[in-house]
This record gives sequence, structure tokens and C-alpha cells, in this order.
Amino acid sequence: MANRYIANTPAEQREMLHTVGAASVEDLLVKIPPKARLSRPLALPPALAEADLVRHLRQLASSNADADRFACFQGGGSYDHYVPSPINHLISRGEFFTAYTPYQPEASQGTLRTIYEYQTMIAELTGMDVANASIYDGASSLAEAALMAHSTTERTEIVLARGVNPLYRRVVATYCDGPGIKLRDVPAPDGVLDEDAAKKLVGKKTAALVVQSPNFYGCLEDIAAAAEIAHAAGALLVVVADPVNLGVLEAPGRLGADIVVGEGQGLGVPVSFGGPNLGVFAAKNALVRRMPGRLVGATVDLDGARGFVLTLQTREQHIRRAKATSNICTNVALCALMATIYMATLGKQGLQRVGELSTAKAHYAAEQLTKVPGVSLRFATPFFKEFTLRLPKSPTTVVAKLARKRILPGLPLKTYDRTLADSLLVAVTEQRTREEIDAYAAALGEAVK
Amino acid sequence: MANVPADLKYTREHEWAKRDGDRVRVGITHFAQEQLGDVVFVELPKVGAKVTAHQAFGVVESVKAVSDLFAPISGEVLEVNSELPQKPETVNKDPYGKGWMILVKPSNAGELDQLLSAKQYEEFVAQGAH
Repeated sequence: MANRYIANTPAEQREMLHTVGAASVEDLLVKIPPKARLSRPLALPPALAEADLVRHLRQLASSNADADRFACFQGGGSYDHYVPSPINHLISRGEFFTAYTPYQPEASQGTLRTIYEYQTMIAELTGMDVANASIYDGASSLAEAALMAHSTTERTEIVLARGVNPLYRRVVATYCDGPGIKLRDVPAPDGVLDEDAAKKLVGKKTAALVVQSPNFYGCLEDIAAAAEIAHAAGALLVVVADPVNLGVLEAPGRLGADIVVGEGQGLGVPVSFGGPNLGVFAAKNALVRRMPGRLVGATVDLDGARGFVLTLQTREQHIRRAKATSNICTNVALCALMATIYMATLGKQGLQRVGELSTAKAHYAAEQLTKVPGVSLRFATPFFKEFTLRLPKSPTTVVAKLARKRILPGLPLKTYDRTLADSLLVAVTEQRTREEIDAYAAALGEAVK
Repeated sequence: MANVPADLKYTREHEWAKRDGDRVRVGITHFAQEQLGDVVFVELPKVGAKVTAHQAFGVVESVKAVSDLFAPISGEVLEVNSELPQKPETVNKDPYGKGWMILVKPSNAGELDQLLSAKQYEEFVAQGAH
């Protein structure tokens, strides 16, 4: 077979060329100046047979340190929670798997229904009135929340707690550059929001105060106190939350959040080396007209039968053009579907159990790891499933050493915060066993000796 | 023919303006609400906001369409009809009365004279322009 991976045959190619009046494929490229073209064939090895190719790719993949073969204590926004097997079976159905955001949405009642259920469950978990069909990832959700706060309040500053994931902050900065929204930082000397500093920074110009809880360092923030600071100045409170934790932790909506965003990857979406992810976005009903993204609503048809529709589309750019609330008019439908199946499979108790196990194991891990001489908790504040360790040796070196023992010990924080060059961020999910945690502690003991 | 009160001034975007002492009340015309169909949402500016003649000051959304609301005159918003967000259908029921939208303190009252008279607006509508 001449073209193993090209869909058309040489005969079909000749026919197409004949139709457009070209003698060869070369003929189609004559307008490109010769000096801009490569004059020799690409330096590619000869094509492999399918079986050889699969073997080759497997071999390449095996040099990755993946969460299946390594004990993964890495987090920082992406977590190794268990992905129940119904997820892959159900999403692989053709009706779901091939679907992009439906352009003729009402013809896809099944897709709309799953999105509606996703929205409902996210709204319940976050304690908000309404959730959208999802956007790209936690970072883009937060950036959209910043824009939404800006347009709702007509104020020009966003105040971010230092504990917000630094990668999210960079995306927020990019989004806010165009509209000229100014970002201000509240320090977190003890791992959590410095409330006195926040009170000084949050004022008449503040569109929103943003806190993440548990924050990037793993520490639990006082959301109610942050809400008070924001609302006293007439600003909105945006909370970044991991929905997996909300089976145990109080819904941010009940603590005063106006917008709740976050990374939903932990809800049944594999870590996949950092994506695709799931951008969770939920808000109070009063803000629904300013929300980004797609919204599915339930209604009845002429015969009174229940059906699902895309609703409030006048917010969106295919109708409102330049005045749309957002330039995102898609969602990560397949990841949202995974989350829907995850939440439905686990149920209320299951999700609670995941949270309880994760936090119990994280606390056991913190106890064992800090028994290693020279290793201590970086912050004294309560944490949930992730915590920051201070190490007596370079965290990067420790990671390299432990990787040889098939342990991914966590995320060195140096690249995120220079003041934390001695710190390692450790995440523990329900998947980690006592044996893995004990082995980690033993290996850490040797590595920092 | 459409309901076009003689004492009002009109825009080609189908807003009306009514002098009320040194202030000007603004809404959309009977013809506009008829064309829109059932109004489901009205977004108005905040009190104190500045509006500019021929520029958008808000949004009206019906089951059929979403349209910008254009200011007939420039000035400062003194009052907005706070009933409309809860009862947008008032725009359909009483476009020249309870369905008013904003009350403006004009920065240049002369602008009012440049608007269409009732007769001109009627002709404009009759020509099929919308």
C-alpha cells in the first residue's frame, strides 16, 4: 500500500488533479517561491508496518513516568484520583465519542441531557444556582470569572490571593491585559490569605477578590472571611475549588462565594500529562446573564414532554458578536461527560468517601514524611489532600532520586515561587496505599541523608 | 397605522424621547415592541451612567431577537425603570407608559430637536425601514 495513512488512492488523486486542471501535486505549489520551499525530501525514516509502529510507540511511552507504574504524589492542579471503569465504556459510544459541541444542539437530546445533569451536579456541589456546560480548564475558568466580575461590577481591578495556582494567575493576566484590568496580589506569608493586607487592597476599584481553597500550597482558606472582605467593598468573591473535595468540604456558595470555578479533572478524567482538562464554572443566578460558555436548560415541547435546549444564547458570540460575554462558545463535552458519569457512579456517599480517604491518607503521609530528620511542614495551617514540605536537600534532586524507585514524590515549588526553593508540594489521593506512603517515607529518608 | 403619539420625538432605531421638564424620558416604540415580539429581558445602565446620542445604552431581548438600545440624546442617567428586569413584558404592554426605560438629564437639549417628529417617524416606518 503506497499511502498507508492517506485516505485517497493515487487514482483518486489523479482524478482530483485533472478536475482542477493541474498535472501534478507539484503544480499546485508553483506560487510558493522556490527559496521558501524545501528542495529535498523530509529526513524521515521509512514508514513502519503497523505492528512495528505500535511496538515503537509503546517503547517510547515506557520511558514516561506515568501514574500507572509510579506511585504518584504529584498534584498542583491535576490529581491521580481513580477513574471508574464505566467511564471509558460509556464515553466510547459513538453517539458521545464523536460529538463536538453540538451545532444543531436540539437534535442531540442525549448530549444535552448529560450536559444538563453535569450542570446540575456541579451547581449542587459548589452551592451555586447555575453552572455552565464547562470551559477548557481551571485556568480559563478563572480568567473568565475575572472578566465576568469586571463587566458585572464595572470595576477595573482583580485582587488575587497569593495562594491561587500561579499558572492560573498567568492565564488571568493574559486575559486581563486587553481590557486593561489591573491585578493585585495579597501575600500569604503563612500559606493563607493575609486578611489585613486583603482589607487594604480590596476597595472601590475591586471587581473581585479571588481565593483558592484548598490553595496551591494545599492550605485551607477561610472562605467566609474572604467573602466578608470582598462584600464589604462591594466586590464579588470568586472561589477556586476542586469539586472532588466538595464531597467533604463545605460548598463555597454557602460560605459567600458569588462565582465558583475550578479544575474538574479529578472527576474521572485521567491526568494525561496535563490535559485535556475540565473547566468548572458556576455562579449565582443574579449573574447568569454575564456568564461565559454554553448553558443547557430543561423545557417542555408542544406535547408537554421534557426536552433540553441551549439556553440564554444571546450571551454568546454567534448572536452577540463583539458584545458577547465571552469568546468561548465551546465546552469540553467529553471531559464533562466523564465527570457526569463519575459523579453518577460514585454518588453522594462515594464522593464523600473519596474525600475522606484522600484527606486521611494525606494526613498519614504528612505524619510519616515529617518523621524524616530535617523534613517539616512548610505551613502550620490545616490542609486537605495536599501539603507543602520543607526539605533539607534540593527538592529537584530528591525527585530525581525517588523517580528511580518509581515514586513521584511531588512538585518542587522553586519554579512557581522563588521563596519556596526548599519546598515540595505533595498530593495524596485515595489511590495511594499505606505501603506506597511508607516506601516514600523510607526513600525520602535515604535521599536527604 | 401604528401607535405613534404626537408629543414624542423618535429615532430611526425606534426609541422615543419625551421631554419631562428639563429631563428626557426614553423608551422603545410600539412598532419596536411589536417587531421584537415578547420581550424577555431588558438590560439598562446604572443610575449616574453617561449615555451618548446614537450609541447603545442597553439591551432588549425578545423571544426572536436581541437588540441594542440606542440613546436619542446625550446626558446622564437620572433614573432607570427598575421594574423592567422583573417584568420585561411591560415593554410590550405599555411601551410609552410603564414600559419606559431611562430618564436622562440631557447635556445638550438641542439634540432633541434633531430627532424625528411623530409624522416623520410614521413615514419612516411606513417606508418599511427597520
